[in-house]
Amino acid sequence: MSIDEVQDDIIQAFDEIEDWMDKYQLLIDMGNSLGPLDEQYKKPQYLIEGCQSRVWIHAEYKEGKVFFEAESDTVIVKGLVYLLLKVLSGRTPDEILKTDLYFIERIGLKEHLSPTRSNGFAAMLKQIRNYALAFKLS
Amino acid sequence: MPAAIFVENKTEVMESKFDVASIRKHFPILEQKAYGHPLVYLDNAATTQKPRSVVKRIEEAYFSHNANVHRAVHLLSQQATEAHEAARVVVQQFINATEPDEIVFTRGTTESINLVAFSFGEAFCREGDEILISSMEHHSNIVPWQLLCERKKMTLKVIPIDDNGCLLVDEYEKLLGPKVKLLAITHVSNVLGIENPIKQIIEKAHKQGVPVLVDGAQAVAHMPVDVRALDADFYTFSSHKVFGPTGVGVLYAKRPFLEQMPPYQGGGEMIDQVHFERTTYNRIPFKFEAGTPDFIGTAALAEALRFIQEIGLDKIADYEKQLVNYALQELSKVEGFQLLGNIPERHAIIPFQLKGIHAYDVGLLLDKLGIAVRTGHHCAQPLMERLAVDSCVRASFAFYNTSSEVDRLQAALKKIYKMFN
Repeated sequence: MSIDEVQDDIIQAFDEIEDWMDKYQLLIDMGNSLGPLDEQYKKPQYLIEGCQSRVWIHAEYKEGKVFFEAESDTVIVKGLVYLLLKVLSGRTPDEILKTDLYFIERIGLKEHLSPTRSNGFAAMLKQIRNYALAFKLS
Repeated sequence: MPAAIFVENKTEVMESKFDVASIRKHFPILEQKAYGHPLVYLDNAATTQKPRSVVKRIEEAYFSHNANVHRAVHLLSQQATEAHEAARVVVQQFINATEPDEIVFTRGTTESINLVAFSFGEAFCREGDEILISSMEHHSNIVPWQLLCERKKMTLKVIPIDDNGCLLVDEYEKLLGPKVKLLAITHVSNVLGIENPIKQIIEKAHKQGVPVLVDGAQAVAHMPVDVRALDADFYTFSSHKVFGPTGVGVLYAKRPFLEQMPPYQGGGEMIDQVHFERTTYNRIPFKFEAGTPDFIGTAALAEALRFIQEIGLDKIADYEKQLVNYALQELSKVEGFQLLGNIPERHAIIPFQLKGIHAYDVGLLLDKLGIAVRTGHHCAQPLMERLAVDSCVRASFAFYNTSSEVDRLQAALKKIYKMFN
């Protein structure tokens, strides 16, 4: 599936749900389904510290593609991480750098990208792009 | 009213007695909806909402007597000066200071504390001296003292607390040594809602000749405060936490301290004569009020204080106590509800966690249900470390909150707990 096909799938899944709390229930379930990050990556060098929550992210470059693993201490942020990795993990650096992540706004979760949310999510997205750029230049 | 009677009759009895419905009409913001739900505002420890009269006062001041205070000969300036100085008297009476000159207007509690840390430090502190604070302080009552200690090569000593967050009085007495120059302590904890036994604390400090600064930011909106009865040497609070506008704060200090302390900032207003060779300073409190003061804000603060004095702080304290007790009783019925600290009485603040759920997740979902609370470390990281929690949810009340809002919070927490379990 192309990146945009994955995004459209996510949008459809959220569109089918009307109630806001049910949308969050889906996000919570996604967060809970995100596997735990290997303990060796839960270290300061992989940590993105938000004021409210923390995110750890680790990237690996294999055969021209970037694979991410991540975790957060809050389930809702974990749900957001789950979605982000579903879209961006296993893509080429160019794809990651060029993709317009329109799904976040379309499913009504754009507020979580606001730096004032201080949940580490916006910083994580930036970090994902930094990794992609670093691998591209390496 | 005994808790048992209160519970049986639920809260209608006390709410009709207090007439919270009429009070709420003065606060238009409370009629709003958030995400389709009627707004429940439970973040009052961060900032309070403003009654119409306060906002009206701001408009009136700008539209009818806006002119810079103190020096001009013209009518508008005289009116603005009168309003500003009348506000000082209102504040003086509100906390029962001896005279209006003991009231310094600042930008907020933080600036009030910084002012004392600088000016008191310059006048009275030397290398090797100590400043004493407690483990339950907000960052604003920690960092200014750290800066002072760094500047003067002094030591910051911290009074420990027990597992429930209560001050260890024996340890406090041990720390009150001859090198201590000042004790800075909060009246009510911004995380736990614990009221410190300030009067006794001050008595003990004074026996050792140590002056005391009391951070009253979380106290003045919830109980009558009498700085003379407490015998506080310094008392600070912020206008915005007591239904007044943002950007205005109060520093009360006993006259001898203000007279001996050097100015904090230089500029207009605080001077007497300026020559390049030598400048002499204005009398107190103006010596500490460099630049144009927020004279509109002070007039509006006075209006806020009048508003709550008309209701009566005793009545407010009584109502809030019953509301918080009702909340504690109802919230303890929620599965997974864990209260922070086991203390007999709380002032308008309920800190808690839902078992196994991050505070951020709880706060975010409460928001979607129209309920505003605060989550995180509440700018008191050392306290959170001491209590061994990363973050918690804080529901903080004001006299316009109701028992039905407590019911909404309870129902929302039940729902949220289910979503994760």
